[in-house]
Amino acid sequence: MSVIPPWEVRRELLVKDEEETNPDYGCPPDKRSFTQLVRFGVINLDKPPGPSSHEVVAWIKKIHGLHHAGHGGTLEA
Amino acid sequence: MEDGTKIVQTLLHGGKEYVCLMRLHGSVSEEKVRAVMAEFRGEIYQRPPLRSSVRRSVRRRSIYYIDTLEIRDRLVLFRVGCQAGTYIRKLVFDMGEVLGSGAHMEELRRTRAGPFVEDETLVTMYDVYAAHDELGSGEETGLFKRVVQPVERCVALVPKVYIRDSAVDAVCHGADLTAPGVLRLETGIKPRSLTCVMTQKGELVALGNAVMSSQSMMDQSHGVAVKTTRVIMPPGTYPKMWRTHKHMTK
Repeated sequence: MSVIPPWEVRRELLVKDEEETNPDYGCPPDKRSFTQLVRFGVINLDKPPGPSSHEVVAWIKKIHGLHHAGHGGTLEA
Repeated sequence: MEDGTKIVQTLLHGGKEYVCLMRLHGSVSEEKVRAVMAEFRGEIYQRPPLRSSVRRSVRRRSIYYIDTLEIRDRLVLFRVGCQAGTYIRKLVFDMGEVLGSGAHMEELRRTRAGPFVEDETLVTMYDVYAAHDELGSGEETGLFKRVVQPVERCVALVPKVYIRDSAVDAVCHGADLTAPGVLRLETGIKPRSLTCVMTQKGELVALGNAVMSSQSMMDQSHGVAVKTTRVIMPPGTYPKMWRTHKHMTK
């Protein structure tokens, strides 16, 4: 029995209706300003083995002056 | 980071890939090693180890693939793709039992967490530090944009529904997405599956649980399509275009 990894699932785009989007509101993710990126951003970090995920998050919060930061998972073998 | 942290939960569902070094406790033929490892593909049952952060009841986990990269004496290097929450140390121990020799995990590196792989976006602590300097200097070198990825990257593997501008603000206020608000959508959505509500510009508005399948969302002209569970976009980003009933404003 084979199960497909989530990253190999292919999806098609279905169009129900067409409509313009108003350029005055919002902003495509790749056009975000630095400030916006910091607010809605993620870092794919190659964490060094020494410090804990928690410590690394605290450190990143400090250098970037963030209120909130979290991490997406520990390497729990 | 900041509002981006609201999304962390979705990362935990995307599946993982590891490269692992296994040490066998006795001599086993290469043939047998390959055969036994192949048996661990598909569904396996695992009891979380004594020292773990979850309840220790037997759980079923999917092993998408196990590819042997190199076998040298008693060392076996392999790549494994698995469902989140699979314990690799345990997997190695169990393979050792089936092999008869016993085995333990010598080294482990995660090479994928959901949509995140070891590509140009994988950065070091130093990059993070230098990226902050780029902010201060006012000079754009592209480092910051490589280090800080848009939050949408987290949900790359989650099916998406793209909605009308006029529906965005209501969802930002926590309203469920109704079928008329849907413009485009991806195939493969089933009731209860985790779904992203997106603007036409590709911004993540909210996460929710689908109420309808992809096909129903296409066909239906009314009714709730996605039940909003986590709002990411702040209200007011798009103009308010929904009516407030008089009895609600009182």
